[in-house]
Amino acid sequence: VNVETMFGLGAAALVGTGLYGLIVLAHPLRKIIAFNVMGTGVFVLFGALAKRGAAAGLAADPVPQALLITAIVVAFAASALAIALIVRLIESTDTASLASDPPDEAAT
Amino acid sequence: MTGGIVSLSMLLLLLALAVWTVVVREAFLAIAGFVAYGLLLSLVWVRLYGIDVALTEAAIGGGLTGAMLIGAVSRLRGTEAAARAERSGAGVHALALLLSLAVTATLALCVLVLPHPAPTLAPQVAENLPVTGVGNPITGVLLAFRALDTLLEAIVLVIGLIGVWSLAPDRFWGGRPGLRYTSDPDGILAYFARLLPPLGIIFAVYIFWAGADHPGGKFQSATILAAMWMLVLMAGLSDTPRIDHRGLRFGVVIGPLVFIAIGVLGLFTAGALLAYPPQWAKPMIVVVELALLPTLTLVLGLLLAGPPLRRPGNTS
Repeated sequence: VNVETMFGLGAAALVGTGLYGLIVLAHPLRKIIAFNVMGTGVFVLFGALAKRGAAAGLAADPVPQALLITAIVVAFAASALAIALIVRLIESTDTASLASDPPDEAAT
Repeated sequence: MTGGIVSLSMLLLLLALAVWTVVVREAFLAIAGFVAYGLLLSLVWVRLYGIDVALTEAAIGGGLTGAMLIGAVSRLRGTEAAARAERSGAGVHALALLLSLAVTATLALCVLVLPHPAPTLAPQVAENLPVTGVGNPITGVLLAFRALDTLLEAIVLVIGLIGVWSLAPDRFWGGRPGLRYTSDPDGILAYFARLLPPLGIIFAVYIFWAGADHPGGKFQSATILAAMWMLVLMAGLSDTPRIDHRGLRFGVVIGPLVFIAIGVLGLFTAGALLAYPPQWAKPMIVVVELALLPTLTLVLGLLLAGPPLRRPGNTS
């Protein structure tokens, strides 16, 4: 098994791990971390594809690699916005719940 | 063979850390795992021959994102227990597991049946790179061949910052982001905050300039500058600027504006949007990168600082 295939398969597992966390974790901050894990899985898969595209004396295809740099920066901006939203949600509602029916209200 | 073992152990450790960030109980431990994960990931990029990506990942993916998450978790303390009580049932867990396994299996299958030879744009890049006057193919792609992506990215960053700012409560609009840090002026933090920035700035300028021909460039350089700025802020040596400061806003938008101006200029001088006349390609790329540097530094730093939390005029 060559490096590209190995990292490609690992990336598939990372996407799955992140997706699982995104669904089952209740706290929104944990969801953001899980989403980032899922995103990096996609990045690694893309990076493995870039490595497969090695040609013309270049060790990897520079086009997907350049897009990866863009993707990492945009992912950071998206995470920053998501975190700001959560902090604001908690400060204005005193709960981190994303449920349409928060547990406290459901109990009364 | 040794390379294969290194790759495999790296991958297993990466997967273990990914699982850790999902299953661990405390959010803080998950974040610690995520930072380690980001650093390990940058080694993966080195294995995949993406040195520029590795630099970006280490600086932004691990460093800035980690710092931002730690800042958030300290403000969200107390909401964790309630969230834990809200855990979804066994049925949801089983379905989520099934779905994740299905997605992983599908992706793995795709990886195994990829076409040979792999499609690639590397020959076209190698062939056309000399025209741009840039030696680093990644920089060539970012600022010449796929300049539109980079322009849109810079705009997305500014929009992201506007989004974060707009979450400020009305009474704090125009005020300063984040809290005012204080630290012992003779302490080790203040000492480092005086010692490191000059070195960091030299390093950032080197990374910026070397990016034309070697791994590096404006993104990595801007992250280092933003980190130095954060260090000075956290040591209490300086305060975040008011978000209604004209100079600050000008710095935030200068990059995209110059990029668009040069792109429109290309319509008349080279016959296409974002095209450069051949003999002017290198200087124009340098101008665009120079204009993007303050934008990226300010936006990265201000995204980390968050929405304004203090009334305009209130300096404490």
